Amino acid sequence: MHKQLAAILRRTTVAVFGFALAASSWAAGPAQSTVPKINDPARGWDSLWHEVIVDITIIGILFAVVTAYFVFTSRRTAANPVGASPKLSPASAVGWTVLPIFVFLSIDLYTAANGWVLWNHYRDVPADRLEVKLESGMYSWDYTYPNGVRTQNELIVPAGKPVMLRMTSRDTLHSHYIPDFRVKEDSMPGRVTYLWFHPTKPGEHLVTCAEYCGVMHSYMAGRVIVKSAEEYAAWMKQEETMLAAATATEATPAPAKAGTPAAKPKKT
Amino acid sequence: MNLKEWIFTTDHKRVGILYLIGSLAAFAVAGVMALLMRAELSTIGPTITANPTNYNVWLYTHGAVMILGFQIPALTGFFANFCIPLMIGAKDVAFPRVNALSVWLFYVGVILALATFFIPDPPDVMWTGYPPYSTITTGNTAMYSFTVLILGFASIIGGVNFLTTVAYMRAPGLTLNKLNIFVWCTLGAFVLQLIFVPVLGTAVSLISMDKYLGTNFFDPAKGGDVLTYQNLFWFYSHPAVYVIFLPFIGVVFEVLSTHAKSSVFNYKMVVYGGIGGIVLLAGEVWVHHLYVSGMADWLRIGQMVTTLMISIPVGLMMISLVGTLYKSSIAFTTPMLYALGVVFLFLIGGLTGIPLAVPSLTLAVSDTYYVVGHFHYVMAVAGTFSIFAGIYHWFPKFSGRMYNEFWGKIGFWLTFIGSNIVFWTMMDIGVEGMPRRYYDYAHFPQFESAHQLMTLGAVILGLGFAIAVLNWIIGAIKGPPAGDNPWGSPSLEWTTVSPPPHGNWPTPPSVSEDWHPYAYKKG
Repeated sequence: MHKQLAAILRRTTVAVFGFALAASSWAAGPAQSTVPKINDPARGWDSLWHEVIVDITIIGILFAVVTAYFVFTSRRTAANPVGASPKLSPASAVGWTVLPIFVFLSIDLYTAANGWVLWNHYRDVPADRLEVKLESGMYSWDYTYPNGVRTQNELIVPAGKPVMLRMTSRDTLHSHYIPDFRVKEDSMPGRVTYLWFHPTKPGEHLVTCAEYCGVMHSYMAGRVIVKSAEEYAAWMKQEETMLAAATATEATPAPAKAGTPAAKPKKT
Repeated sequence: MNLKEWIFTTDHKRVGILYLIGSLAAFAVAGVMALLMRAELSTIGPTITANPTNYNVWLYTHGAVMILGFQIPALTGFFANFCIPLMIGAKDVAFPRVNALSVWLFYVGVILALATFFIPDPPDVMWTGYPPYSTITTGNTAMYSFTVLILGFASIIGGVNFLTTVAYMRAPGLTLNKLNIFVWCTLGAFVLQLIFVPVLGTAVSLISMDKYLGTNFFDPAKGGDVLTYQNLFWFYSHPAVYVIFLPFIGVVFEVLSTHAKSSVFNYKMVVYGGIGGIVLLAGEVWVHHLYVSGMADWLRIGQMVTTLMISIPVGLMMISLVGTLYKSSIAFTTPMLYALGVVFLFLIGGLTGIPLAVPSLTLAVSDTYYVVGHFHYVMAVAGTFSIFAGIYHWFPKFSGRMYNEFWGKIGFWLTFIGSNIVFWTMMDIGVEGMPRRYYDYAHFPQFESAHQLMTLGAVILGLGFAIAVLNWIIGAIKGPPAGDNPWGSPSLEWTTVSPPPHGNWPTPPSVSEDWHPYAYKKG
């Protein structure tokens, strides 16, 4: 509760002092941000989302309460046959325009500044990362690891290491959406897009397609499987062995790991 | 009543009513599509159809027809046609025959959109029609392109006509600062249409050329670029939101101030700050539809600021609406209830757009039900409520009769409750990850009860809308005579008889120095 109050207070102050403070708080923002070397965008998203929702709730309630008050005190009666609102003087008309502009603009710029800081966290991928290529297609996600290991609809990653996806598509638009990590980005033919996220503990997370891609769009799903560093290493070693064996026999190119078909994601 | 007279009419009021009938028919069809989708989503897995393509076609029709067949024609077709010449004291529009052409084109467009159900390969490209899907689908993309082109052309013709009408045909003494807010809003909307519709026309023509004529505008394998289409499309389609928003908020200003008998608060702020601000900003914010589609980072950041700044003109208009109610004299008629509904629910619609202006926040909620909920609060709730408020408000004028107040209010409360159930729940599960345009949500089983609640809400909502439409039909046929000026408004459209004859006034009106459309008197 006190956190919300503090948030309210801070923003009210900013609304009063306006742009200058907003800009300076943005400028000072990144420098002040303390210890954690990795700015996990998902956590930043949670707190900024919370702040903005608090903001708009306050503004909304303010407007709604004033409106409701005017509505309830202005019923038409025999004693009140016609509106009696005072005529604005030119000066107050200008005041009623400039002051709201100033307040709205300061809220806008403050929000924009915060959004920008978080945006940079989303776009600056930590150098120490696992980089995986993703080719999406109707209707599956095909991942290729740096060593050539391939998986389908299952992105297996070690806990504690940022994961970056470099994405493209072989047919229509798709969007690799991982709700738990608060991130998505479209993939398309002819361009390479990217996103990154920071898995911290072992577990499974849904991946789902968020850009209409065709008839079976709603069945295009997969999973991000976060393993502990040791389990991941063991899994990767096994995959590498299989890949080497497959390459050695000069058979067809390493088959994509027979994942479950995208149309029916396995419940585990 | 002679059918031929109606079809070949050049009277702006009859053209307007033709627009009204066509757009309400489109609204009914698109509304049924929404109910079908809600029925399909009431359980996980196939419910009423086992073929996802059916669902996708309903979704396409719902979106395209609601926007291009219902909202834009109802606002810039019906209201503009019926009200603008009456509000400025003109006998008719500047080019009455061109006006008739525009309504014919509109009907061709609507028929084309509805023919979707009678062809073997209906378009399933959503109302956005993004390539590469739209160029490789077996659905009929040409149908989509031609529907958009024809409706767009109808709208451009209307735009030229009304700008000329307002510029040259105002009653003597009616200066620009005495125009009704609705007239100003519609002018703003038409300026936007004239600037941006050609871009949409280009975009949808190019996808059909890619698909059928072998060009490669959007095929990267042959040097095209997928994102170009999205830029072209939203370069029109975001301003299109204001093409809808401006007239509907204009209607709300008229209804609110008339039924509260209170002059519009800070008129010049609304006209120059609000409407002017929106027209200026409208073309610089389209990238917020492309925050997750792989645009350059600097564009996403730049348009975050312009998008957030939209809150300034919109906020000024909200302050004016609320200020208009201060020390007013409110009669709680049906149109007033709808208008007040807009004031409260547009708060939700507008404010929930603020997080969507911030690219970092949209990375999680873009393309989810949160977005769907947000824009339905703006379009389906605020937009449609305004259209309903306007129809009720001018009903006595264009039909000469009165609707039933009791059923009007029942209809209002049903739609009010239903829409909040549907669209609030939508935003709620959207934040938790429910993606939009899903025929099935097998991997989101946790949302099944929310979907069922929304289906229930949609039924309530549909019932409310149906009651309102029935109320108009019955009222137009056998309602009691309404009188020329039942709301006691000084605005010019109420100074003639109801319904106004061809030519509107026996002798053209002129306005005096101290006249103002919002100067209300007792009685």
